[in-house]
Amino acid sequence: MDILNAIVALLNFVIIPATAYGAQLALGALGVTLIYGILRFSNFAHGDTMAFGTAITILATWGLQAAGVSLGPLPTALLALPVGMAATALLVLATDRAVYRFYRVKKAAPIILVMASVGVMFVMNGLTRLLIGVDEERFADGARFVIDVRSFREMTGLQEGLALRTTQLLTVVIAFVVVWALFWFLNRTKSGKAMRAYSDNEDLALLSGIDPERVVRMTWIIAASLATIAGVLYGLDKSFKAFNYFQILLPIFAAAIVGGLGSPLGAIAGGFVVAYSEVAITYPWLKIAGYLFPGWQPDGLLQLLGTEYKFAVSFVILIVVLLFKPTGLFRGKSV
Amino acid sequence: MKKLLLATAAATLVAGAAGAEEIKLGISLGFTGPLESLAGPMSGGAQLAMKEISESGKLLDGSTVVAVTGDSTCADAAAATATVERLITAEAVRGIIGGMCSGETIASLENVGKPNGIVMISPSATSPALSDIEDNGLFFRTAPSDARQGEVMADVLMEKGIGSVAVTYTNNDYGKGLADSFEAAYEAKGGKVTVNAPHDDGKADYSAEVAALAAAGGDALVVAGYIDQGGSGVTRASLDTGAFSTFVFPDGMVGTALEEKFGAETADSIGINPAAAGDGRATFNEMANAEGFDPNSPYAGEAYDAAALILLAMQAAKSTDPAVYKDKITEIANAPGEPIQPGELGKALEIIAGGGDVDYVGASSVEMVGNGESAGSFRETVMKDGKLEVVGYR
Repeated sequence: MDILNAIVALLNFVIIPATAYGAQLALGALGVTLIYGILRFSNFAHGDTMAFGTAITILATWGLQAAGVSLGPLPTALLALPVGMAATALLVLATDRAVYRFYRVKKAAPIILVMASVGVMFVMNGLTRLLIGVDEERFADGARFVIDVRSFREMTGLQEGLALRTTQLLTVVIAFVVVWALFWFLNRTKSGKAMRAYSDNEDLALLSGIDPERVVRMTWIIAASLATIAGVLYGLDKSFKAFNYFQILLPIFAAAIVGGLGSPLGAIAGGFVVAYSEVAITYPWLKIAGYLFPGWQPDGLLQLLGTEYKFAVSFVILIVVLLFKPTGLFRGKSV
Repeated sequence: MKKLLLATAAATLVAGAAGAEEIKLGISLGFTGPLESLAGPMSGGAQLAMKEISESGKLLDGSTVVAVTGDSTCADAAAATATVERLITAEAVRGIIGGMCSGETIASLENVGKPNGIVMISPSATSPALSDIEDNGLFFRTAPSDARQGEVMADVLMEKGIGSVAVTYTNNDYGKGLADSFEAAYEAKGGKVTVNAPHDDGKADYSAEVAALAAAGGDALVVAGYIDQGGSGVTRASLDTGAFSTFVFPDGMVGTALEEKFGAETADSIGINPAAAGDGRATFNEMANAEGFDPNSPYAGEAYDAAALILLAMQAAKSTDPAVYKDKITEIANAPGEPIQPGELGKALEIIAGGGDVDYVGASSVEMVGNGESAGSFRETVMKDGKLEVVGYR
């Protein structure tokens, strides 16, 4: 019984939240890594692209809710998602036309593009705030829980409770579907192969007749869609606040670099590595140790780092990886 | 400013009256700085009391009161000291309403107020450090010390039989001060604080913080935070993961936003916030609205009470000399005597002039305890059927 309680506590406080968070990071890191692989710069505006896409989706969700549309137990935001994806794709395509193409044609050094993306980040930052404001918005509706604590306790008779929120389950399922679709696209379709060819060697791809502008457009559209999906899932699971999307840029970059920039598989692995480390290092193991070793009464909470240092964990992982394995776990490009 | 000019002009006109004096009172508040949004209404509260008393014409043979404002900046102790120095030496004020924040209040009291023998009443400095500061009986405050709030919370919990709690506080001086004073009071009464951990405001996700609190355990969770910020996030995550179901909400966590966000989910949770019982507050609100400042802004009522206490004490001492009237302040504030509500300052002046006794209640239910600070009135509420029900005041 005690071992069961320990497992349930671990699931409830570590595995479920870390898995949902990891899936959100992985989707964000996929977008970053695609842009890095194909357009060859680190896109600092990615976090705010996520925020913009989510803001549009929230506005569309409110419209649907006002019209009385609902998905039953699922959040209405899923219906509004395509609107957000389309609007975000249009925005990033316009940004590419206005800003990045200028530097691409000049074959500017990557660092110039990175700095340009910082500028774009601030503009998008302001745009999102103009659209929806700086306040916290909750837009999740439908059933809140798949399993809630009270009914789990009644069902199993265990002392520990287990909660699985609809949004957590949705996050993992949708992330899985999206990743599968992306890999299928990159590996099986002609356009996907063109993108990979362009990423491997730009000049050879041009010689074999691949239209570079088309590849760039597709990359932006896919990156914008990934960003919007990641942003909406993050917002549904937690809550939407423009500033928070700026903050998760750091773990997203850590995830992409840990996995290996430019490697889609690495981005997913990196997302989960960062998420699990953040949660496991700041989790106090006292309760679980208490179930496993009943006779043991330690003084402290068995917590490696206080929760206020959560973001520091991403930094440390980032530095360690850059020092010892600059190409990341999956042999991406070195930074 | 316009009001100030008017008041000054009016004062100059009346100043000629026989036997009357023009009494200057200093207002030293942080008109610029981290709490600048609160300073306006506080100054408004203090000037409202001065105006009421001037217009009654009953203070010390028809004396009038003029406000002299100065910027204490709240954050810069040197600037606050210079401001108070100017008020005392250049403007010759007979008493000061201020300072605003605890740090600058301590600095200006020790460097200028005490050496010059000027009475200072702070409407808003709540640091426990001010309770036993060496002040020659010159310093008072109309806001309760954070230590007092911690004690009231500890009392309520012990009475309810809640013997162990986890505490989380918003990661700033206010949150830490309150959490520490609560922990000290609660453990002194035999309770056990399993963990006392901060949370940062403005984050999207508090599951890691809640996991830590849940691991430590406890019968209830004390959330010393802000309802529009992390306090609400921590509560939400605790409910979702089943970590805690009973909460203790101090200060700003109590409000209608709490009912809207959590309602019945937080059944039997306890709210404790400074609030005065009675009609006094309602009268003050009306008067403030008529005067054009927000009565619900924190410490506006306390500022009104600070100014009123100084002036009523002058009346009782028949002198504007701080060395004489300082001894009357506690007497005015406490029983026995006729209770005085806001708007009844004229009546109070009459009673005192006639040799009677008053018990000043004011906008914030002033009751001086210990070393010249307000005991404060705290309201205890309990969440029942998704609504906050008032249990009582203490």
